[in-house]
Amino acid sequence: MRARVHVRLKEGVLDPQGAAIARALGQLGFGGVGEVRQGKLIELQLDDSDPAQAEARVRDMCERLLANPVIETYTITIEQ
Amino acid sequence: MRAGVITFPGSNCDRDVAVALAACGARVERLWHGDSELPALDLIVLPGGFTYGDYLRCGAIAAHSPAMREVVRRAAAGVAVLGICNGFQIMAEAGLVPGALISNAALKFVCRPVALEVASTNSLFTAAYRPGQTIELPVAHHDGCYVCTPDDLKRLEDEDRIVFRYLDNPNGSIADIAGLLGPGRNVLGIMPHPERAADPRTGSTDGEPLLRGLIEALN
Repeated sequence: MRARVHVRLKEGVLDPQGAAIARALGQLGFGGVGEVRQGKLIELQLDDSDPAQAEARVRDMCERLLANPVIETYTITIEQ
Repeated sequence: MRAGVITFPGSNCDRDVAVALAACGARVERLWHGDSELPALDLIVLPGGFTYGDYLRCGAIAAHSPAMREVVRRAAAGVAVLGICNGFQIMAEAGLVPGALISNAALKFVCRPVALEVASTNSLFTAAYRPGQTIELPVAHHDGCYVCTPDDLKRLEDEDRIVFRYLDNPNGSIADIAGLLGPGRNVLGIMPHPERAADPRTGSTDGEPLLRGLIEALN
């Protein structure tokens, strides 16, 4: 079982890395790019056989370590 | 007065703060993050550095060290805890103070002396300063921008828990917050380095009243 966790900064949290990326894209000549925000992808190989159980465990991992709920949100995708 | 300085993998200001505390008259012990039991202590210090390489988020992994479980328990029981720079980041991740520290707004690592206002002397840590005193302490950080919810900010202001504010904000911190207290007033998280301004040979002694005042208050 594999889990993919996307961690993103919450709306409204300053993302200077995203802004730097947007500027760099502009400098490369890419027009029409608005706001850019950078997140994180964390991929986990899991021994769980039950997808619901795997998701519950990954949610717990997110709440306790993988994401900081003060500034980040996350989405979980489970793949068999 | 027994102080314990915890070393995590990647801490690099542990020895500096131990030396500064000893110079101010504290008995200082060096402690290892992996120890889930700590000796009897009047003060626990979480020093600066780059614990776990700042991987995942600054202080995120160190916040789950065995020693930190005990630090959180001791803080709840009223033991004084001082978190400097990465130590502040670890505290925020461990929930000892509200909010979070994120990337400096200008994306640069800032390493210079900054002017601070002592915004409150109503604490163990700042009682030796004059209210509103301007001091200079060095900062050295890439992720020192303090953020919190509007509710948290209101509570911090209403409860007089913002103890240091930047006079020239180097990182974009909300309300220019450079240092703040936990709800019990026994926990201080501060981004600048008082231990680097406690000896005339390092160019400033503006950090000494924090350390010496704290030690005297705890004696």
